[in-house]
Amino acid sequence: MKSHAEALPTQEMLINMGPQHPSTHGVLRVILRTDGEVVVNAKPDVGYLHRALEKIGERVTYAQYMPFTDRLDYLASMNCNAAWAWTVEKLAGIEVPERAEYIRVIVCELNRISSHLIAFGSFTADMGAFTPFLYAIRERERINDLFEDICGNRLTYNYVRIGGVSADLPDRFLEKTKEFLDYFEPKVPEYNKLISYNKIFVHRLANVAVATPEDAVGYGLTGPNLRGSGVPFDLRKNEPYSVYPKFDFDVCVGTGERGTLGDCFDRYMVRINEMKESVKILRQAIAQIPEGPVMAKVPRMFKPPVGEVYFRAENPRGETGIYLISDGTVNPYRLKIRAPSFVTMNIFEKITKGLMIADVVAVIGSFDIILPEIDR
Amino acid sequence: MLESLAISIVNAVPVLSGVPLWTITLLIMVVVAAIVLTFAMVYSGLATYVERKVAGDIQARVGPNRVGPVGLLQFLADGIKLLLKEDIIPAKADRFLFVLAPYLVFVGSFAAFVVVPFGVGLIASDLNIGIYYVMAITSLVVVGVMLAGWSSNNKWALLGGMRAAAQIVSYEIPVGMALLPAVLIAGSLSLQDIVRSQGGLFGIFGWNLFHNPFTFFSFFLYYVAALAETNRTPFDIPEAESELVSGYHVEYSGIRFAFFFLAEYGDMFIVSALAAACFLGGWHVPFLDAEALPAAWGNLFSLGVFLTKTLGLVLVMMWIRWTLPRLRVDQLMRMAWKYLVPLTFFNLLGVSLWLLLFHGKGIPQMMASFIG
Repeated sequence: MKSHAEALPTQEMLINMGPQHPSTHGVLRVILRTDGEVVVNAKPDVGYLHRALEKIGERVTYAQYMPFTDRLDYLASMNCNAAWAWTVEKLAGIEVPERAEYIRVIVCELNRISSHLIAFGSFTADMGAFTPFLYAIRERERINDLFEDICGNRLTYNYVRIGGVSADLPDRFLEKTKEFLDYFEPKVPEYNKLISYNKIFVHRLANVAVATPEDAVGYGLTGPNLRGSGVPFDLRKNEPYSVYPKFDFDVCVGTGERGTLGDCFDRYMVRINEMKESVKILRQAIAQIPEGPVMAKVPRMFKPPVGEVYFRAENPRGETGIYLISDGTVNPYRLKIRAPSFVTMNIFEKITKGLMIADVVAVIGSFDIILPEIDR
Repeated sequence: MLESLAISIVNAVPVLSGVPLWTITLLIMVVVAAIVLTFAMVYSGLATYVERKVAGDIQARVGPNRVGPVGLLQFLADGIKLLLKEDIIPAKADRFLFVLAPYLVFVGSFAAFVVVPFGVGLIASDLNIGIYYVMAITSLVVVGVMLAGWSSNNKWALLGGMRAAAQIVSYEIPVGMALLPAVLIAGSLSLQDIVRSQGGLFGIFGWNLFHNPFTFFSFFLYYVAALAETNRTPFDIPEAESELVSGYHVEYSGIRFAFFFLAEYGDMFIVSALAAACFLGGWHVPFLDAEALPAAWGNLFSLGVFLTKTLGLVLVMMWIRWTLPRLRVDQLMRMAWKYLVPLTFFNLLGVSLWLLLFHGKGIPQMMASFIG
């Protein structure tokens, strides 16, 4: 007699998850090979949003490239703006006024909160709870209002300039930011009450897609994803830039509190906790910010010296590294951007083996990838 | 019952005496069916509106407020929109099954309205196998959902259909087992009899919910299992918008999609109505016996009571939907087979033993006999 497996042979199923799929956070395509609901292999296929941003960098001037950095990680435009400015300033050795650095840190940390809010909201929506997303959007709206006051834009800010920022803070901005922080700080425990420690939510995330600390380092995870695996590495602390050394804040790491160290839940909790740390930084920055100019003297025909530079900044999604070669003309000779989301995709195939289809969604959400940054 | 009604009509209106009795009976049947269907449609429409308002309220936003006063006519606008939409059948779909599936789902869900005891005399057909009929006819939904998933020729739809089949079949068992205590207590499968068995002098303590500890748990077990059977959050994995894009009805559009949509709300009503009828005393309220009132008032009053209880339970379902995340498919199945099925069996055993040991008396009756 034939066994059941011989009598009823099963086939692996090939499913395209994306590029149009509500939970791939953009136009990511995942080629799923599944055995029923169990994933045999999940191969990410990127490139649907490629705009040749690095090549464009060779055709425009240093200052003109600033708006393009908005389109790198559109949920954290300020951070990308600032990373580009810091890179060029490092290359040309420009001294930036201290007030400008403080402003940059303030907008970066505000943007980090807003980016993590989206990460939190969309992740919970991926898990089937739609309400937290609306709560996150509600809070993010106030950050957008603040940014609108600063620069008139709500998504792609183009606020930071090489040598400073485009304009000083508007009237009452610091008070408004303080009001926002007072409003926002109690919201984080509210999120935890609403969803973080919800039994179903924890069950969905604990022990799912564990990235061991060795794997996380080996595959080049950065930012919250790396810290979620328990590696306390934060460029703001470990390789301080700007005025970050002046602030007292903690590096949040995953603890494996509900499962294994480095699972989806840890990565999620790191983001939740980082919002609190950003609030801490913001409060200190508002208290310390000095008066003074917000723009250094940068020549209109800006030509940095011949040379090359690599600068990396701690962005909400991890380490954004910019490698820049200058040949002394007004255009960069070569520009390469290390996008954290892109590097994160390396570990995807390994980590999703043997999970369920629903877990793939959880993994994408817990890595908090963003597609324009992956494809550039 | 219909025939006696027909005879009384013929007696009241002598002109009709020439018409054969069966035509009048048939006519009454059609009228009753039309009333029930109209109710079901209007309820479903309003339920979608309420769902969206509840969602808006929970999510710190407004919800529909443009069409009609406070957006009340939104569901009409949506219905018209869905009717006018292009009817798309995918090129590679199995056309016959694809067209058939929504009707099966719709029929499976709405045929159950027939035995819902809306009031003292308000029941389209008081079948003596009421509960059994509901369980059987709502199982038709599985077939429809599977057909929809299969015939769409879409892998997401297929996965959704398979998930739905596994889920609904699994949860039928705890649902049925959790309802059986009420049947045991009433000694009848007829929903009207079950409701009547919960009347009496004890007010809300006459309800099966408070009959004994096992029935109390039974209610909650039933409600959880029923949530899963209707594919509602946190058990909405066959649709799972963020995983399967929307599962078995992903390829459906226009009025065919509306059928699935209406069926979901119909299902919600049915399971809530069963819960209200079997555990919450149906149309009974404390200190007022609807059956003692004049027929018209009694019916109206009991209809109001029953709808309040049922819609209250529907509202809780909506509340749950907008609060909780979704389980994973294996966790869902584990929950059914490892927890709900054994627990409901245990409960059934408990209720049976209770009825045997205490001669069918519930706690309130025992207390009453103890005191006086």
